[in-house]
This record gives sequence, C-alpha cells and structure tokens, in this order.
Amino acid sequence: MSENNNDYAPLQIHVPEPPFRPGDAPDFSNFDVPVAGATPRPPIDASREDLEPYSEQVIRVLDDDGKAQGEWVPNLSDEEIDAGMRAMMRTRAFDERMMKAQRQGKTSFYMQCTGEEAIATAQQRALREGDMHFPTYRQQGLLFAQDWPVSKMMNQIFSNIEDELEGLQLPVLYSFRDAGFFTVSGNLATQYIQAVGWAMASAIAGDTKIASAWIGDGATAEGDFHAGLNFASVYKAPCILNVVDNRWAISTYHDIARSGMSTFAERAYGYGLAALRVDGNDWLAAYAASEWAAERARRGHGATLIEWVTYRAGAHSTSDDPTKYRPKEEATIWPLGDPIERLKQHLIVKGLWSEERHVQAEAQYADEMREEMEKAEANGTLHEYDRPRPSPKAMFEYVYADMPEHLRRQRQEMGV
Amino acid sequence: MFDDNATLKPMNMIEAIRDAHDVMMERDEKVVVFGEDVGYFGGVFRCTAGLQEKYGRSRVFDAPISENGIVGAAIGMAAYGLRPCVEVQFADYVYPAYDQITQEAARIRFRSKGQFTCPLTIRMPTGGGIFGGMTHSQSPEALFTHVTGLKTVIPATPYDAKGLLISAIEDEDPVIFLEPKRLYNGPFDGHHDRPVTPWSKHDAGKVPEGYYNIPLGKARTVREGNDLTILAYGTMVFVAEAAIEETGIDAEIIDLRSLLPLDLDAIQQSVEKTGRCVVLHEATRTSGFGAELMSLVQETCFYHLEAPVARVTGWDTPYPHAQEWEYFPGPKRVSEALTKVMEAA
Ligand SMILES: Cc1ncc(C[n+]2csc(CCOP(=O)(O)OP(=O)(O)O)c2C)c(N)n1
Ligand SMILES: [Mg+2]
Repeated sequence: MSENNNDYAPLQIHVPEPPFRPGDAPDFSNFDVPVAGATPRPPIDASREDLEPYSEQVIRVLDDDGKAQGEWVPNLSDEEIDAGMRAMMRTRAFDERMMKAQRQGKTSFYMQCTGEEAIATAQQRALREGDMHFPTYRQQGLLFAQDWPVSKMMNQIFSNIEDELEGLQLPVLYSFRDAGFFTVSGNLATQYIQAVGWAMASAIAGDTKIASAWIGDGATAEGDFHAGLNFASVYKAPCILNVVDNRWAISTYHDIARSGMSTFAERAYGYGLAALRVDGNDWLAAYAASEWAAERARRGHGATLIEWVTYRAGAHSTSDDPTKYRPKEEATIWPLGDPIERLKQHLIVKGLWSEERHVQAEAQYADEMREEMEKAEANGTLHEYDRPRPSPKAMFEYVYADMPEHLRRQRQEMGV
Repeated sequence: MFDDNATLKPMNMIEAIRDAHDVMMERDEKVVVFGEDVGYFGGVFRCTAGLQEKYGRSRVFDAPISENGIVGAAIGMAAYGLRPCVEVQFADYVYPAYDQITQEAARIRFRSKGQFTCPLTIRMPTGGGIFGGMTHSQSPEALFTHVTGLKTVIPATPYDAKGLLISAIEDEDPVIFLEPKRLYNGPFDGHHDRPVTPWSKHDAGKVPEGYYNIPLGKARTVREGNDLTILAYGTMVFVAEAAIEETGIDAEIIDLRSLLPLDLDAIQQSVEKTGRCVVLHEATRTSGFGAELMSLVQETCFYHLEAPVARVTGWDTPYPHAQEWEYFPGPKRVSEALTKVMEAA
C-alpha cells in the first residue's frame, strides 16, 4: 500500500495454520511421543531453575505396553486405580447419553469431554475436601470422580423442576458448592483469576485449602489467564493452574492461542511459576502430577501450572461439526491414545481387569445412564411446556439478596 | 442507493452480511476481517464463510480468544490506515474489549484532534430467542450508545443488514454493529410455538447484488399507521408487527436501524401524528435505550402526546435458560402495552 523506497523486502503477516485440514491425511510422525518414566520426579519445593526442563518435556508414566514406569509412578492402591477407571468410564457413558438426549430435543445444548476424561478424574483424587475447583464446561470428570449424583447433573441439563439451579443457567454450566465445584461461567477465562483469588483468601485466612483453576488452550489468550499467572506468582497463591491443551478451540488450532514457538508451560516459567507438562491421556501421570502440584501448593511453595497434552476427540459441543475444519481421522491416530484404553491395558497387565470385564462395565454404565435419564426425564425436559417447569419467579429471586423495589414491581407485572 | 437494475437475490441475514463483506473486500483492499473462528471455518454463524479462501489469510484470519486483543489490534490497524471489520463471537463476550472500545476507539479522534482516526467496525450477534441462556442472549446496545464517539447500528432484515454493514465499514469512526441472531435465518415475531418462516418468504430477504448502502441514522417506516407509534429495532420489529395484527391497532412501526446516530426527525414526525408512543427492546429495562427514547419523545413531542409513553423490555434480570419465553418481551406483553396506551385518556 505504501511506497517502499528502500531495500527492505515487503513484510508479510504470519498466520499459523494447523498442519492438517479436511482432505489431508493427518500424520503425527513428527510428534515427539514422550518416553514413559524418563522424567525424574523433583522434590515439591524444587526451585524454578530446577524445574525449567519441565515446561518442555512431557511427563508420562504408562508405556505402550501398559506398564507404569519411573519416578512418577503414583502410590495408589489397586482399588484407587480401579475407581479412576470407573470414573472415566462413567464420564464417557454419561456424555454419550447426554449427546443423544440433546439430539432427541430434550435440551438445548451439551458438551462432551471425550478423550480428556483422565485429567479431571485423576486430579479430583489428588485434592481434599474443602478445596475448590474453578472449572470450565469440560471438567465433568471432577464430579464423576467423587460419585456425585448423576441425577443432579441430568436435571440441570434438562432444566427441569428438580434442577437445583431452577432452569436459570445453561446446560452443563453446573454449580455444586458441596462438590468443590465453582459455578461455571459461560465467559471464558474469568474463573482463572478468581481461582487465584480464592487461593489467596485461603492464605490470608490461614487455612490449608487450595484452589484449582481450569482453562482450555484457546482461552489462555484472554487477559484473565495472564492476570491469574501474575497474581499466582506475586502472592505465591496456593493453587493448581491447569491448562487443558486439547489442540482445538472450536475450529481454531492451538497455535493461534500461543504460536507454535513455545508451550503453555513456558508461559508460566516466564511468570516465575513452577510448571509441568504432562501426558493428559495417562491417568497415572495425571494423578501423580496433580498430587505433586497440590502438595507443593499446600506446603506453601506456591502455584504450579500444569499443561495437559491431550486431544479433543469429539465435537466442541452439540452445535459444532469438526469435519468442517479438521480431518476426521485425526482423533483416532492421536499418538497419546485414548485414556480409557490406556488405563484398561494397565489394569489388564496387572491382572485386575480383562476385555470381558471391560465390555461388561461398558454395558453396566450405559444401563445406569439410561435408567438415570429415564428418572430425570420424569421430572421434565427443556421444551415440554405442558408439564411443570421451573418457575419464572426464580429469575427475580436470585439477582440480589434483598429484592429491590423495581424488581418486585417487575415480578408483579409479570404476574408471578 | 443502489442501481435500480441490480439483480435481487434471495439471502438470509447471514448471507447478506457475508455479501457485504465480500463487496467491501473486493472494492477496498484496506478492509481486513478477523475474529474467533472467522478464518478457515468462516465464523460460528458462518457470516464470513468463503472469505479467507477468496481474499487470502493476510486479510481474513482467525484471532486468539481475546476480545480486547481483537479490538485493540484492530484499533492499531485502523490507525495505520486499514479498515478492519472484526467479529466478536457473541455480544455477551465483548466485555473484555470494553476498555479498548469505550476509552480508546471512541476517543482516538478527539484526543488527537483528528491526527489519528479509527474507522473500525465491530460486529457481534445480539439478543435472545435461541435458548442461549445468560451468556448467548444479551442485548448490550445501551452500553455503547452511552459512550460518545461510537455509532451503534442494529439491522432487522437481510436487506438492511447488507446496506448498513457497508456503511459501517465505510464510516470514518468506530461502529458497533449488532446482529440480532434470532433473525439470521428468518423473521421471528416471538411466537416460538409456530413454524419458522425463512427469509426467502419475505420481501426484505431479496437483496440487491453488488454495492449499495443505507446511511447510518435513517430509520425505516415498517408500517404506516395513525393510532400510535411503535419505536423498535432488531427482533422487536417483528414482535411489533405480530402485536398490531393481534390487537388491530393502527400503529405506525418505526425500525430505528441505527441508535446512534438516531433519526429523531422520523420519531418526532410520527409521534406528532399519532400522539401515542410505545418503545420496545429486548434488553433489560433500567437505563436501557428505551429510557433515552422516552426522554426524547417527551422532550420533543410533549404537547402532542395523548397518553404517557410506555415501554416493553426484557426484565432486569440475567437472561434465564428455561424461562426464555417468560423473559422475552413477546407479542402478548407488547399487545397489552399497546392496548393500555390506546385506552389512556
Ligand atoms: C469471552 C468468551 N469469548 C468467546 C467465547 C466463545 N467460546 C466458547 S468455547 C470457545 C473455545 C474455547 O476453546 P478452549 O479454551 O481451547 O477450550 P475447549 O473448548 O477446547 O475445552 C469459544 C471461543 C466465550 N465463551 N467467552
Ligand atoms: Mg481447546
């Protein structure tokens, strides 16, 4: 546009593109699959300098044969690992059921976490009662890992008369205070700095609780993420800062959020925080890293950012069609595999599981979710107007502690 | 405003918006388009589909999920001399950019005495009616009309969407362009239990090909009438039509199209004729744009008024999910207000 009367070549804008688009044959042969057990487990008070390599190398415990390797192998009983498996499988069965329910018109919207079940279900195990998660819409695994009643989730998704939020909030934007599950916002990233604030409060109050912040790769571009990292570093806030890098933010590849030149964990390093990069499809590694970060926070050594390397195997939501922007096969050839398959393989190696038992468990959880859904449907679904529904009164009641006069008048005007 | 011989093409509002981009990108290489998911995929509502393929990645691209980044970068580009037209995925997500919009874009001209300007369009889907709950349904127009230095536009038809967007992109100052998402695929009169009419069955769904513009600040008289004036914009234009059909009141409906600049002459002429006025919007009531409209009508038409001016709006609560239709100011509530204003002395 302007005359260049010098010898510089015209500049060009650089716009990152994913390596594969629909029609391309995806190929992850350049992907550096981490070697299980290769990474030492540093002490929980390790200095930032000692932790520098951890913002690049990926921690992995389960090897390709399902064996647990190295210093990060967590100290968990067989029952505890079995419970992890159950939590992942129930999460998936629930997602499958709710995806169908949405397609059948029982609600407006649903979001699955397929392929990412290990991360939340493992981390929940590493936290204690009283700790608080500040999740996104994709951390339903936190609830399954504590056997939270499925009915509470389904009633919320159907916005029916038993929905504890009385139909006010969108499906899956749950709020379960007693489960340590902060009210999920539809506005991305806002929860990140709030989690840090909650953790600061625990320290101000002289408590021993910690917070866990959650965010996706895409949303790390928001200012609230960076505010969270800075505050966490400045005040040594007792919290875990999770970044779930599932490579996609709706149709946008993760290189648009962070450029292909650095990892999300390196962001933390720049803020002076500890950071780990972890194979997010490895349930044992997910537990071990979460436990390390929780312990570091609870012992007063400050926050750890954990970058979870994973893949969003499903659509972004029921409103999304990923075949429009990425090759279908990408999910199936993702080199870190499927978290349920990998833990299954491990349990089989340990003699605690079998293919038959797996098929049985799948059927059992599918049945459980079908039965739960029938019960929830009996309380109504979103578009059924001829049955009792959440009252319109509710929308006036929860705006303020004491309803101001103008809202009272509006409620009367509405006639409820 | 357009060549009378231009071919008319059936378009829904999404296609009309896409076409406005296309026309402007073709005419002016300074026009650049970016936002979340707008590049390869063409936007979650597909308003920019095909543009990256046609104009290349250096003019149409995906942005990081950072609304303040998108607007801040666009201000820098506008200051350089480009004409960015950016998308915020939902109006509900514009708030991280509020500082850049209200303190920066709106005042760059003023504080530099015109050394620097900000010809920037910020598009965003607005309004409810799609079960989007409190974070996909908001109508934040008053947060922008309250800020001097901004223009705020909201079309109700594909025809207007294209012509107004072209004017917005050509404008020398920042324009907030609100797209009523419930109108993307067809007019919606609030009767959620009735089949949806597509734009192809509506006159305003026939859109001229090529360039035309609709000047910002000119209202459209949707229907002439003598009994009462309805001031509306966006989805509420169609709710107003349904309400007058149901009440039989001979109301004049004015679609404001542009809230700032506002067509005060059109408002004044109509209210002086009818002597009664009802103001409609989906947004919450308190300090809403309706309050401004009522003040203006009172200031300019007081001696012609035969009844107090009334308004029908969203309630002063966040937009609920299950209670969508109790929240949405539908034809029943509008009809009641019309009847009441007609009955007043
Ligand atoms: C402030 C804000 N901007 C945009 C959106 C729209 N939006 C919802 S989810 C999403 C993608 C998020 O991607 P990522 O952070 O990677 O999380 P993932 O969905 O992959 O778990 C976008 C852009 C939003 N909800 N809030
Ligand atoms: Mg993501």
